This record gives sequence, C-alpha cells and structure tokens, in this order.
Amino acid sequence: MSAAIRIQQVSKCFGSTQALDAIDLEVRPGEFFGLLGPNGAGKTTLISALAGLVRADFGKLSVMGHDVQADYREARRHLGVVPQELVFDPFFTVRESLKIQSGYFGIRDNDSWIDEILENLGLTSKANANMRMLSGGMKRRVLVAQALVHRPPVIVLDEPTAGVDVELRQTLWHFIRRLNEAGHTIVLTTHYLEEAENLCTRIAMLKAGRVVALDTTANLLRRFSVHTLRLRTRQAIPPELTHGAAENGGWWSLPFDRFDEVEPLLAKIRAAGCVIDDLEIGKPDLEEVFVRVMQGQAN
Amino acid sequence: MGHGFSTLLYKEVLRFWKVGSQTVAAPVLTALLYLLIFSHVLEGHVKVHGVIYTAFLIPGLVMMSVLQNAFANSSSSLIQSKVTGNIVFVLLPPISYLEFFAAYVLASVVRGFVVGAGVLLATFWFAPLTFAEPWWILIFALMGGAILGSLGVIAGIWADKFDQLAAFQNFLIMPLTFLSGVFYSINSLPPFWQEVSHWNPVFYMIDGFRHGFFGVSDASPWLSLSVVGSCLAVLTLFTLNLLKRGYKLRA
Repeated sequence: MSAAIRIQQVSKCFGSTQALDAIDLEVRPGEFFGLLGPNGAGKTTLISALAGLVRADFGKLSVMGHDVQADYREARRHLGVVPQELVFDPFFTVRESLKIQSGYFGIRDNDSWIDEILENLGLTSKANANMRMLSGGMKRRVLVAQALVHRPPVIVLDEPTAGVDVELRQTLWHFIRRLNEAGHTIVLTTHYLEEAENLCTRIAMLKAGRVVALDTTANLLRRFSVHTLRLRTRQAIPPELTHGAAENGGWWSLPFDRFDEVEPLLAKIRAAGCVIDDLEIGKPDLEEVFVRVMQGQAN
Repeated sequence: MGHGFSTLLYKEVLRFWKVGSQTVAAPVLTALLYLLIFSHVLEGHVKVHGVIYTAFLIPGLVMMSVLQNAFANSSSSLIQSKVTGNIVFVLLPPISYLEFFAAYVLASVVRGFVVGAGVLLATFWFAPLTFAEPWWILIFALMGGAILGSLGVIAGIWADKFDQLAAFQNFLIMPLTFLSGVFYSINSLPPFWQEVSHWNPVFYMIDGFRHGFFGVSDASPWLSLSVVGSCLAVLTLFTLNLLKRGYKLRA
C-alpha cells in the first residue's frame, strides 16, 4: 500500500533562512504520527508545503499517492489541515462556515456529517452562533471541524491544543483517536510532549529544517531515556553508588535499565547506613528524549 | 467551473449582503447626495448632447457606483482575509486559480450591479431617462465591473496592510473614476485635458454606458467597446498569471 504522506528530499528557503533541508519522511496509512521540534524547526513550513500553502524549492510531496503540485486537487481532497493560528471568518455562523467549507471541497449536502462533527466536538449548541461570539476554545473546535468536513483520510493538526483548556483537549483527543481507529491517518505537531507520547505511535523530530530523529515512540523512549530511582535520604549516599546519578534539591536520581536492578540497589544503600525518607520511580519520558535529541546526543 | 467556484461566489455575495448597510445602502446614499448637489447647482445652466444636466449625470453616477463598488468588493474581501488569516480556508481546498479569479470577479460584478441598480432606482425620479440602446448599458456595466473587480483582486493580493489598499484606491481608482466624464462631457474640456481623458480607460466605460441611455456619446460605442474589451483581456491575463504563480498567497 502506498504511503499516506510521502516527502522526498524537500527543501525550502525563505531568503537566507533554510526552513527545510532535504527532508525525507514517510507516514503510513492509519498511523498516528508525531512531528516534534522547537519553534522555528520547520514543522509548520513542512505542513504548509504539504497543504500547498508553501511551494517547495526542491523535492516532492504527495498525499495518498497524489502529488501536491501536479495533482493538487486530489491531494487536497485527501488532506484536512487544522492550522496553528486561531483564524475564523467573522461574517458567518458556525454552521454557515462548515457548509461553505464543504462546498469548497465540492460537497453539496453535508448536513448529517456536519451535525455529527458538531456533536463530537461539543459544538451543537453553538451551531447558529456567529463566529465572533465564540470563545477561543470554541473557535479552535470550529477549526478542527472545518478540517474534517470533507472526511479526509489524512488529518494534520498543527498544535491544536496550544492554549486550550483541559476539557477541549480531552474532547478533541477522544474524537481524533476515534477517527484514527476508523482508519484516518493523523499527523500531530505539539509542544505538549506528554500528548505526543500518549497518542503517537511514531515520531519524527525536526531541528533547523532537518529530521534529527525518526522512530517508533517506544524505540525512542528505549534509546534515549531510562528509568530512574529517585530517593531522598537522611545521610549522604556513598559515592560508589551514585555513578551516573544526579542530585537536585536533596533528591538523588539513579538511572537503571531493568526493574530487577532496583532491589539490590536499595539493599546497598541501606547497607551503607542510609535511611530513605522518600522514594519514587520515574518512567522514561519523551521530554528527556526530546532534550537529548535537540542537544545532539542522537545516535 | 465546479461546486467550489459556485460556493466561493455564493460566500462572497453573502459576505457583502450581510453588511448591506455599508456595502449597498451607503454608496447609494452617496450617489444620491452627488446628484442633489450637482443638479441643484447646474440644472438649467448646462445641457450635454442636448440632454438636461440631471439626466446626463444619472448614468454617470450609476456607472461610477458600479465601478467603485466592484473594486471595493474583491479588494476589501481579500485584504481582510489576508490580514485575519482566514484566506487559508480558500487556499486549502481544491479550488483552481481560474475558479478563484472567476468567483471574486463575478461577486464584484454582482455587488456593482446591486449598487448600480440601487442608485438608478433612487435617482431616476429626478429626471426623464431614456433607454435608447439598453444592450450597451449591460455590456459596459458587466465589463466595467469585471475590470474593476479584477483590479480589486490585484490590489487585495498586492497590499499587505489596509493603508496600502487605501493608497491604491485613493491615488488610482478615485482619480480615474472622477476624471472620466461622470460629471461632465469631455468635449467641454480644453484640448489638452480632452487628450488626457482619452488615455483614461474609465472614460470609455462611462461614455459607452451612457450611450446606452441616450444613444449619443463623446466617443463611438464601438471604440469604447474595443478599448474596454482590450483592458479587460489584459487585466484578466495579468491577474490569472499572478494567481497561477501564487503571488503573495502561496509562498
């Protein structure tokens, strides 16, 4: 089966700034894919190139096998993009906006699907409200709805939860997960790494327009992050036990790979005469992976 | 042209219709005020082509309103969409540059026709009007509206800020429309200014449009048709080329 998204050697310059530098990336159909990176890494430029808002200087991009330039109509029909900026058309109501957006994609009678989207995003009561009257969170929901009116098989969400409340996040992720389970390919960019860790099966990390890490989430966690035993002790831990550990505010973080290493480690600490006041076990997290990759410790 | 085109056209018409007091009623009132003031001052003193001044003025005001509002529609819609960022809603769907052009220009023509009809309705009580050759009225209103709608697309895409658009409007569109024979026959001008007027394409739009009412005009309607038709063809090609290249819309 062909890739849902195929990006081949894509480069883009804005003046002297190299926004994308020979990017190669493939997203498989049905994947929940994360695109991570610091501000200015090129995530939004890459999404814009995919959506036809930016024209790549070199390379090829396709959506469900359709080239985004040569076969732009089919490529765009297969792609739904939730833009990062909170934009809206102040002249129209929520329902009018969604009907107009459907029409742009050549869909005439879309009321039942529009009703379903409104229901799933908690927008039913706001259907006839003017866009100007909505709160920021509600406007964000409408942006998501607008990206879905044409039932695109590939959905790209560019920081959809930036500055929104917990309720919307939960509603949104519940709905997006359902779409993913129904076979839609999802690409997500976010600065909330916990979200990416929970949702994405595969992750690409971008830095200065280049892909610096690309793997399954599980592999990235395994490669770049470890479990830690965090301890607060009444007495100083002997130096021979703190190899590779870090101390911060009276807490020691001791790295370990396997859980069967924990008990012998604790036994040694107790044997050294240390009394443990507090203890917790830290799981590997994407934030640590992200920091390491961005610091150039990727291998 | 597909459903994307008709939806964009519908949206553009709905947009100006929803704020009709600004986009239709206000320009009709402005034209009415021009008529009341100029006819009060000049009525009884001036006849043009054997037509009393107020009757001569009405078609000029109607066409000026068509042109100015056609320009205002596409240009203001595009600059607002660009500044607020909602232009992405039109750029993300599979709408071709030809459909984009046709929808914005046609919506401008519709706004021009609606305002023009409003001005005609509000003013034709003031003087006896004839409709000697009505097809000229339609042809020049359509072509003039399309030219200014097209200029509006260019200005809306080119301008990054509202004041740049205002400069385009104040320093190009307003002088061209005001100095085109709306309020006078260019035959009443000194020879130099007559010559200058012949280089103003808006003069031919107004003159040809007025010919449809009275059957007489400063220039032959066929000459006006060829000038206006050529302008429309050149502007259409120029605008289509901008859109095809994605100038200022697709980086």
